[in-house]
Amino acid sequence: MLRGVINRGFARYGLGSEEVEDVMQETLLALHLKRHTWDDRRPFFPWVQSIAQNKLVDNLRRRGHRAQIPLDDVSQTLAADAPSAEMNGVDAERMIARLKGRQRDIVVAISIEGASAREVGERFGMTEGAVRVALHRALHSLAKAFRADPA
Amino acid sequence: MKTEDLINAIVQDSASRPISMAARLSAALLLGGIAAGTLFMSVLGVRPDIIQALQTWRFDIKVATTLVCFGVALWATYELARPDADTRRALLVLALPLALLGVTVACEVIVSPPDVWMGRAIGTNSRLCLASITTLSIAPLGALLFAMRAGAARSPAFAGAAAGLLAGGLAATLYATHCVDDSPLFVALWYIPAIALVALVAAAAGSRLLRW
Repeated sequence: MLRGVINRGFARYGLGSEEVEDVMQETLLALHLKRHTWDDRRPFFPWVQSIAQNKLVDNLRRRGHRAQIPLDDVSQTLAADAPSAEMNGVDAERMIARLKGRQRDIVVAISIEGASAREVGERFGMTEGAVRVALHRALHSLAKAFRADPA
Repeated sequence: MKTEDLINAIVQDSASRPISMAARLSAALLLGGIAAGTLFMSVLGVRPDIIQALQTWRFDIKVATTLVCFGVALWATYELARPDADTRRALLVLALPLALLGVTVACEVIVSPPDVWMGRAIGTNSRLCLASITTLSIAPLGALLFAMRAGAARSPAFAGAAAGLLAGGLAATLYATHCVDDSPLFVALWYIPAIALVALVAAAAGSRLLRW
């Protein structure tokens, strides 16, 4: 559901599907890392929306001129099919590359290979708790890398 | 990385329970408050005639005004630390102590003759007032800004300013119990610029530190 909402919202601003995916990933990260800023006595949806909006504006600001896509490009993007797996979140790939050694190994193992914290712990000779702590820090680093990206 | 991959990582990380913003802000206020309180008691201390002072309306109103500033800023800081903050409402609420001070200044002007206005406004120790309020604000402001970095402020500068008003309100409340200038005229002329300066610095710091 969230995906549909964010996609629809972002498509309006003339972002390509790749950029939408990047904003989406950054938004998902922020929703997760800032989940304690949601007050459970308040409506959930406006909170989600405000985070998505903030991330979209940030992304547009960072891209600057690239946000103004000529019409030709837009029609080409529209003509293209749904993004292929390789096209998804090009930036995120770069962000992961910026993580340091063990953090990167853990993120790759858990996210791309779909391993559990325990499996990763066995592989790298760490406790499950240590893997979780490292993963949590890695997600913070990932969010920071998104923010710092001049793109 | 596909979005589904990122979701895998997020799901694995969601077992941890994050600390609520209310708890973070309370801890910051407690630590900052203890630091400011200790500094206040060791350097300035409460005025010796506090018991008699409590029976005069000017002193009570003075302390009430700084407490109202503290109270509304506390609410506003909590509100503005979140992404779905109601900024308009926060602005209105933050104007409340100014409105209250306006009313008390009007009372002072009505009940006292014009020839004492100047003396009461200038007071006896305005420089100490400015220096104390700004200095006592430093520790609480630092702690609050640190705690708010975990938040997701809709407007980082405005959120910083609210934290500045909160720290300034706390410092002003402490200083008010030391200060012997009780007239609302003095409060308007010296407390406002002192707290405003703290809020201004905090807004500048917030716009850098509270981006997320």
